[in-house]
Amino acid sequence: MNPALITRNDLLLFLGFSIAVLAMPIWLQPFGAAYPDLLQRFAIYGIFAIGFNILFGLTGYLSFGHAAFFGVGSYAAVWSMKLVTMDAIPALVFAVIIAGLFALVIGFVSLKRSGIYFSILTLAFAQMSYNLAYSVLTPITNGETGLQLTLSDPRHLDRILGFASGSPTLLGQPLLGFAGFYFCAGLLIIAFFIAQRITGSPFGMMLKAIKSNQTRMHYTGFNTRPYTLAAFVISGMYAGLAGALLAITDPLAGAERMQWTASGEVVLMTILGGVGTLVGPVIGAWIIKYFENIFSAFNEVILHRTFGFLPDGVEDFVVLVTSKFVGEGWHLTLGLVFVLIVVFLPGGVMEGVRRLHHLITRRSGPAGKPATRTQPAE
Amino acid sequence: MFEVILLQFLNGLDKGGAYALIALGLTLVFGTLGVVNFAHGALFMLGAFCAVVFRQLITLETVTIDPDQLSPWGAPLEVHEPLVQAWFGDFGAVLVNYSVPLSLLLTVPVMLVIGIAMERGIIKHFYKRPHAEQILVTFGLAIVAQEIIKAIFGANPIPQPMPVDLRGAADIGALIGLTPHAVSYPIWRLVYFLFSVAIIGAVFAFLRFTTFGMVVRAGMADRETVGLLGINIDRRFTIMFGIAAIVAGMAGVMYTPIVPPNYQLGMNFLVLSFVVVVVGGMGSLPGAVLAGFLLGILQSFASMTQVKALVPGIDQIIIYLVAVVVLLVRPRGLLGRRGMMEA
Repeated sequence: MNPALITRNDLLLFLGFSIAVLAMPIWLQPFGAAYPDLLQRFAIYGIFAIGFNILFGLTGYLSFGHAAFFGVGSYAAVWSMKLVTMDAIPALVFAVIIAGLFALVIGFVSLKRSGIYFSILTLAFAQMSYNLAYSVLTPITNGETGLQLTLSDPRHLDRILGFASGSPTLLGQPLLGFAGFYFCAGLLIIAFFIAQRITGSPFGMMLKAIKSNQTRMHYTGFNTRPYTLAAFVISGMYAGLAGALLAITDPLAGAERMQWTASGEVVLMTILGGVGTLVGPVIGAWIIKYFENIFSAFNEVILHRTFGFLPDGVEDFVVLVTSKFVGEGWHLTLGLVFVLIVVFLPGGVMEGVRRLHHLITRRSGPAGKPATRTQPAE
Repeated sequence: MFEVILLQFLNGLDKGGAYALIALGLTLVFGTLGVVNFAHGALFMLGAFCAVVFRQLITLETVTIDPDQLSPWGAPLEVHEPLVQAWFGDFGAVLVNYSVPLSLLLTVPVMLVIGIAMERGIIKHFYKRPHAEQILVTFGLAIVAQEIIKAIFGANPIPQPMPVDLRGAADIGALIGLTPHAVSYPIWRLVYFLFSVAIIGAVFAFLRFTTFGMVVRAGMADRETVGLLGINIDRRFTIMFGIAAIVAGMAGVMYTPIVPPNYQLGMNFLVLSFVVVVVGGMGSLPGAVLAGFLLGILQSFASMTQVKALVPGIDQIIIYLVAVVVLLVRPRGLLGRRGMMEA
């Protein structure tokens, strides 16, 4: 098989994914999620999770500090929009390069260790970045207020070209509303394509081999460091891209994006969707962002309306119980779902789908190995 | 200059004590069950909220409106009388005053139950699963615990008063013959330090001098052989998890007068405690204690104005910086056993 050619299955997956992403404003309508702001977040965190999966899913290295690259990407993008131009492309390129360099440094040090030590090292670096962004680096990060665009920013390139815009643009077109979403969606599709190519390439094979048995790789005389480092940098660049997109759609970069809870969130997304699968992390990101936006908007009034058909006493009780799980308390739901997923379904949503598929095909299939199964005596 | 150094040294002790206690619990769990417990910070936080609950219970009061007395606004005065005071008189007042240390009595059984329930309910199933999955499930548990606390007590910190007699500062400098008032140190922090030393000592003594502790140590060294000898090592390890939870909980209770607890308290300590464990060496109890105090003191020195002028921002990153250096230079931590998680 020629690796340069895309296989039929990959092509179908890619096309299906692209259509699903581009049609999101349509098929998310019934769920009440088809507004540009949320859709942009779906695309952005999808990119973030895909990138994280390149590291965690393929090599098995669990980084607890990926939010640092996300945050660095945001800051870099905002600085590019402050100093050079409001156009999105230079901001993205700049952010990806900076995040990549940052990941190169951190990865070079952290990858000297593996397992839990690697997790702690990445966590330590991310916390250092976060603390510094809040304190000493305030001239660069604007501390607690967050970095934002102002009218007095120099924007040298824009001034030379005689172009002025109050919000980020793409080649002169403002990136507002659905234009912003389609821009993010296009990048998500490209990011997905690259990840798909990486997974299928010899390089991706090498990463999977590192995950399954790194010691054996060493014994066969392989130096695994360049491979893991490359995976780390690529995934850091993905995070930087996602961070930059978030800054472009909403030009404000705050240090809390780098906190370790943000790193934990991308881990949750990846696990929830399915580690090591291509589509899984994106689905995980969508689920979490969906619940964050929709669930957290629920309040007691809506709940009373929803459960209005119940008898009054029961209604009050049901509302009291459910109100703890929505609105402010949606993190509780998230935590519970997450624990259940890790305990019962470590492969995430994708494994659930696979099991369901298996169950259906076995039941309806004519030769579902009934002979080997012991029949209950009845 | 000596006074300044002594003061910073003392300042590091109470924080170091908290780090050491949490790290000790983490190490106990890791050494016995082989589980990386990201929910340990949540146990610290739950302990702190035991103190909050205890204080709320003990200050339950009756409110009567006395028409004879008037408040400064002219309305009839509401007279609050705590029930314990009504029942026990002066002794009741003492109880209210010492609510924080007394809540340890509530904390021990509560944390034991929580710890054992957690171990039997969830963590038991994760002995043989990879560390990454252990981290993930306990991380999820931590989120659940802190969200439950947030749902019950709200998001704001709830200050806990320290006993009246233990407020104020001790003039340590005068005690050892320096100029008076040069080195004064809050009494409660001193209490916290002594408390942490006592707990650490108790845990070590328990492991060293009791039969139970001997079996646990044997199990930590070679679980399978101990099992082959017909000892139910799993049950003992479960109890050790409960003990680790108690240690974390007590550390949390006593810390409440220093930092008012809110639901995020545990997470803030957890990250640092993991760094402490790694610096001390995974699975090494003395290492955890040593690293805890060491990092607490280092952090205190790094926040000196002179040091900050020299290296800006060093106080924010010193602990992580030390962790990075230790992990790279000495892979098994300060006192880690050879071959224990050295990869």
